[in-house]
Amino acid sequence: MGFSAADIEALWLTLRLAAIVTLLLLMIGIPTAWWLCRTRCRWKGLIIAIIALPLVLPPTVLGFYLLLAMGPNGPVGQLTEALGIGLLPFTFGGLVFGSIIYSLPFVVQPIQNAMEAIGERPLEVAATLGANPRDTFFNVVLPLAKPGILTATILGFTHTLGEFGVVLMIGGNIPGATRVISVQIYDHVEAMDYAQAHWLAATMVLFSFVVLAILYSRKHLMIWK
Amino acid sequence: MNVLRLFILTLFSLTAHAQEINAAVASSFLLPMRDIVTAFEHQSQHRVSIASGSSGKLYAQIIQGAPFDVFLSADQEKPKALLESGHGISGSRFTYAQGSLVVIATNGLTDDPKALLSRGEFNRLAIANPRLAPYGAAAVETLKALTLWDAVSQKLVIGESVGQAYHFVISGNAQLAFIARAQVYNPQRKARYWPVPTKLHSPIYQDAVLLKKGSNQLAAKQLLAFLQSEQALIIMDDYGYQPAGQQ
Repeated sequence: MGFSAADIEALWLTLRLAAIVTLLLLMIGIPTAWWLCRTRCRWKGLIIAIIALPLVLPPTVLGFYLLLAMGPNGPVGQLTEALGIGLLPFTFGGLVFGSIIYSLPFVVQPIQNAMEAIGERPLEVAATLGANPRDTFFNVVLPLAKPGILTATILGFTHTLGEFGVVLMIGGNIPGATRVISVQIYDHVEAMDYAQAHWLAATMVLFSFVVLAILYSRKHLMIWK
Repeated sequence: MNVLRLFILTLFSLTAHAQEINAAVASSFLLPMRDIVTAFEHQSQHRVSIASGSSGKLYAQIIQGAPFDVFLSADQEKPKALLESGHGISGSRFTYAQGSLVVIATNGLTDDPKALLSRGEFNRLAIANPRLAPYGAAAVETLKALTLWDAVSQKLVIGESVGQAYHFVISGNAQLAFIARAQVYNPQRKARYWPVPTKLHSPIYQDAVLLKKGSNQLAAKQLLAFLQSEQALIIMDDYGYQPAGQQ
């Protein structure tokens, strides 16, 4: 038995999606987290709430609104069409966009927590020693926030791997473009092909467990140091 | 003593007359089933709670011991498999309806779905997953029979059910979709659709079966009998289902 060609295509697609999304999320998440740490903007609470929404909303709600927003009558759809990109639903780009929104809190929150834990003191010391805000950010904040960034990277990656509801709503189940592992498993189960489903599902469980075990064991060690 | 006997008798007659049963119903048949159940409850005093989902999901739940008394599938394979595995009561399986396939367009009133389809004037065509949904399999057969398959296969988007295929078209993300006739049933808002001629695909027979849990429930048997009554057939006809016919 083992994986079929379609399973391997889905695995590869999912890994590619998770890698790209995680990279983009770090590029968005690190500055956002730092800005949230430092800002005195009175909308801060609202912005944190908006970022945290995907944590509590059912993926079907997100997927439903993403499908409408990215459609020809939605704001995102009109923007992408005006930019000449075309419509995002049923494309790999659409999945990347949806996944970024879906996994954003999993990346921003650990980084923000780590940055807030640094406190004022190291920043003041750096400033006294003549570091400008840029130097401080790259040489003090980022190294000190490293455990949070690592947690964010792993959570963002694994959360995107396990994404299902949003993909189901906006993906259109196209092999090689939007048919990710979770959708492939769902299809196997629905088609009563439980043996195929087990192969993929068990792989997901094992992979996620190993990654999380490494993450939390490492953190444990760090605390003890 | 007499009072007690009367009390026990009353209890028995209550359970005999008003039972509560659970029906597992394929999502594509949910709307007509609601109407059928309303009519059934009205004349029998039984209560029927409906659990709807894709046939595949309901099947998996039934073999894992879900408390359903009857199962109305959107296909014939799953009720057959339940009989073989002993979860269904042998001799109880029958075809309750034959589904009708239609094509709809995003602009339901202005566009002619058939012309758009044959001229290839669309970017995305939504169908239900042919591996899971009988309407999806029928859509693929139709496209092949019309010799459009090679032209459209790159434009296909696949919903997990006809419900999702419908949603893709209504939200404007696909221009055409193959769906069930029952989905466009709306007396207030007539949408234009193309009824796919039945000779273009194999018939979509939908089977029901009495489950083990329901074998002692009179109400379950009565509900299955009611599905074949004149009253139920009229409701199904409204929703675009054809009588089961021969097979």
